Amino acid sequence: MSCKYLQDGTKVVKTGAWSGGPGCHGGCGVELYIKDGKLMKVEGDEDHPFLHGRLCPRGLAMSQYAYHPNRLQHPLRRVGARGENKWARISWDEALDEIEYKFKKIRQEDGAESMVFGQGTGRDAGGSLIFLAYAYGSPNWTLFGLSGIACFTPRLAAMNMVAGDIQFEDAAQCFPDRYDDPEFVPPEVMIIWGRGTRGSQCADHYYSSHWVVDLMKRGTKFIVVDPRQTWMSTRAEKFLQIRPGTDCALALGMLNVIINEELYDKEFVEQWTYGFEDLKKRVQEYPPEKVAEITWAKAEDIVEAARMYAKAKPASIRWGQPLDSNANSIGTIQALNCLWAITGNLDVPGGEIIARPPYKVTIYPYSTWETVQLYGQEFVDLMNQKRIGCDKYPLVKNFRSWAISDDVLEQMETQQPYPLRGLYLYTNNFMACTAQDPHRYYEAVKKLDFNVVADCFMTPTCQAVADLVIPGTTFAEKDSVFTTGVPLNAIHKEIQVAECRSHWEVAFELAKRLNPQAVPWPTLKDLFDARIAVCGKTFDELSENTWDLAPKDHESGCSGYYRYKKGLLRTDGKPGFNTPTGKVELFSTLLEQYGADPLPHHEEPVESPLSTPEVYKEYPLILITGRRMPTMFHSEHRQIPWLRQFEQEPIVELNPKTAEKLGLNDGQWVWIEGVRGKCKRKLRCTPVIHEKIAMAPHAWWLPETNGAAPNLYGVWDINVNQLIPTGMNHPLTGYGGAPTKTMLCKIYPLGENDAIPTENTQVNRLDFSDLYNEVPAEDMEAPDYRGDKPREFATRSSWDIPQNTPVYSFKHPQAHMETKHMDLEEVYAHNKAFKAQFADQTFAPCSQER
Amino acid sequence: MKKYGMLIDVYYCSGCHSCEVACQQENHYAAEQFGIQITEHIIPKKQGVTIDYVPYVTDWCHLCLGRLKEGRRPSCAKHCMSQCMYVGPIDQVVEEAKNARKPMLYFK
Repeated sequence: MSCKYLQDGTKVVKTGAWSGGPGCHGGCGVELYIKDGKLMKVEGDEDHPFLHGRLCPRGLAMSQYAYHPNRLQHPLRRVGARGENKWARISWDEALDEIEYKFKKIRQEDGAESMVFGQGTGRDAGGSLIFLAYAYGSPNWTLFGLSGIACFTPRLAAMNMVAGDIQFEDAAQCFPDRYDDPEFVPPEVMIIWGRGTRGSQCADHYYSSHWVVDLMKRGTKFIVVDPRQTWMSTRAEKFLQIRPGTDCALALGMLNVIINEELYDKEFVEQWTYGFEDLKKRVQEYPPEKVAEITWAKAEDIVEAARMYAKAKPASIRWGQPLDSNANSIGTIQALNCLWAITGNLDVPGGEIIARPPYKVTIYPYSTWETVQLYGQEFVDLMNQKRIGCDKYPLVKNFRSWAISDDVLEQMETQQPYPLRGLYLYTNNFMACTAQDPHRYYEAVKKLDFNVVADCFMTPTCQAVADLVIPGTTFAEKDSVFTTGVPLNAIHKEIQVAECRSHWEVAFELAKRLNPQAVPWPTLKDLFDARIAVCGKTFDELSENTWDLAPKDHESGCSGYYRYKKGLLRTDGKPGFNTPTGKVELFSTLLEQYGADPLPHHEEPVESPLSTPEVYKEYPLILITGRRMPTMFHSEHRQIPWLRQFEQEPIVELNPKTAEKLGLNDGQWVWIEGVRGKCKRKLRCTPVIHEKIAMAPHAWWLPETNGAAPNLYGVWDINVNQLIPTGMNHPLTGYGGAPTKTMLCKIYPLGENDAIPTENTQVNRLDFSDLYNEVPAEDMEAPDYRGDKPREFATRSSWDIPQNTPVYSFKHPQAHMETKHMDLEEVYAHNKAFKAQFADQTFAPCSQER
Repeated sequence: MKKYGMLIDVYYCSGCHSCEVACQQENHYAAEQFGIQITEHIIPKKQGVTIDYVPYVTDWCHLCLGRLKEGRRPSCAKHCMSQCMYVGPIDQVVEEAKNARKPMLYFK
């Protein structure tokens, strides 16, 4: 592998980053600084084409994450009742023996399908989890808790139906020389649809959110569609502030303008699309005036945005998760896919590209062909027979391989048609994050016989339901391969923290014990070698350079432009798209076959001012949740000081005018109440939000509070998902459902006896004002910004989290990771010494990019 | 000795916090002890608002001179997700600033 040594013996080694650890969907390349077997710091890898040396705060805080004193460091067995927070340290052998014994017992008594395997969001969890589930024989692999798998999967399913492949906005991500590629042109106009920039998880499969800034510098103009004003909307040409959940109506309104004004790409539509006349007929139902009424956007803005988008060549659309979170998500995504297809922006430079993993290497299946490539058609068919949701939803049966969580929950409650006995979770914190209506999930999972939770930290989920907790790893501690985006990344193990084991190691070992035939490979590396064989390299060879991209127009169809003309997309080698008709299906033949509406249409959300006017009278605010944070990924990172420092408390955003009307003040703790439940939040007044909307970030829990039930790290106090129902997914497609952006709520102050959740949060605050006084001004070489009075600095030299685990304790002194507080004197001495060293030297300016 | 400065093109700063954590990691600073600190500015306009993120260079910053000597960019500038930070001798930084959309200069 690619590594160098510094003078002090520090090893600098390049690797790929994919969580758990930094917490996201991966793709980045990093350099690990390792001294005496310890991770000292993480930097971006400048030779890596994904980010060229940049790195997000989560990646940069890795050393604090890896050596956090509260990290799970060895397997734990529950010794008290569930939720009592009593744990005993056990060895890996004991843990694996127990899992093996109980899993085999359950399989013998009720069949392998009685075990449910759940993961959190799509990260380095799915590949190993489906491997373990299938080896064991259970078809029930799911994103546990998330109603309608409403995160990316509806988009994957709909895009696969419309154009036969998933599509991503083009930023030359498939080419090693990126923006310098001779064929690439930046889009003239880009629509940012329901997506932030700073917080939207910098690396997301095939795209990193800050590439839009790269494009901005290259002249791209922006249209932003969002209920909130964002940093991006203030830099956009057009901003459509719409009502949450009305995206489909807006897309249809834009299609109406583009089709009726004949702004579409006639040649492409004629040759490469199917069902244009049907679509044309459908969009007549959505004139801009009607759409304006539905969406709250102005009719003239809709018309102008549609014209601006259609006239730009090329143009692209970047969309976000909000499109998935209603029952009509398939239709919404279909409508947007139609937008870029009929304007001729599909598979062109600067438009939307067909996205496939490099060389079609797959480890973690994102679509049907990937599952079949990994496990064979016969086995996939076998699994489909008993998978929860397959008999109910034709799309679930025919796309990807996930059980629908809503139905898993129902089956746990009713134990029909077959009993469910246990749950194996890997990095899923459904109690705080994934699950809508978490009380229902809590009650259902509590009744199961055997629950195993694997995670990096003790979470509310571990506390509430786990019988066995096994410690997970960060990317620096594991061997793995990143395949769900670009480029193909090798991740290799560089450090060992306590007894933590990567999930691939655990799954490999367990699979061997549970079903030796499913594991023909002697070691894990052999498994990786077999899985990535199509790229022509072994795992070790791939590790040499850490990343790889397929050449343009590779036979796998994963790179290049106009691939549909070259016959690279279909398995039969003919030109066209990978759909039943070989064309982009504006009218979806598959949806027609499944009995769903083959064309997009607008549907009101479960609760809205129009669909439930009675509820709206009592709950007059629309609640959006799920806004991403730049520093904390879903429910992760709440205990990492470098990341928690930016958002310390769970908030709710309200427009100052709305707050004034309600008699509320900025910074006050309030109740958010909906029909189904309520939670506490701290009020933040900000004009960025629409007056009729409230916004509460999701996935909050407080690791610094008591973990034992009923407190469970404060989840019942602050988890906003208590307001959101489960089981509202689409009755035919199954996908799309969690209405996390469209519930109705009211907000009022806490009562006199209501405790503030963060009241007892222990934060060590050190006052450095004395230190300032001790440093005489004349000793300072740099300009003094402080003014007359010392500026107050507060710091947390240690994050004091009470240890509530009586048997379980691990506080190894790890001096090198403790954040040292450097006082001003030191800083200036340092500064002075450095400057003396470099006197009379000049350095080149360091701008890399303009 | 030569004076050094930092140019930040505030127009492109998205407030992602990378510079702040990069600095803390590089210098082993504790949480809430910043060599560079981002402040959010939301200014109401006739219609809507403007949102700007402004990184403020504090006294804890020493421009990562050690890194500069090795020919590497300061940690914050290297990891900036928007790539809107430039560090160098003052005259060159000023030259760079002429091309920036909303430049902000710090001289150390």
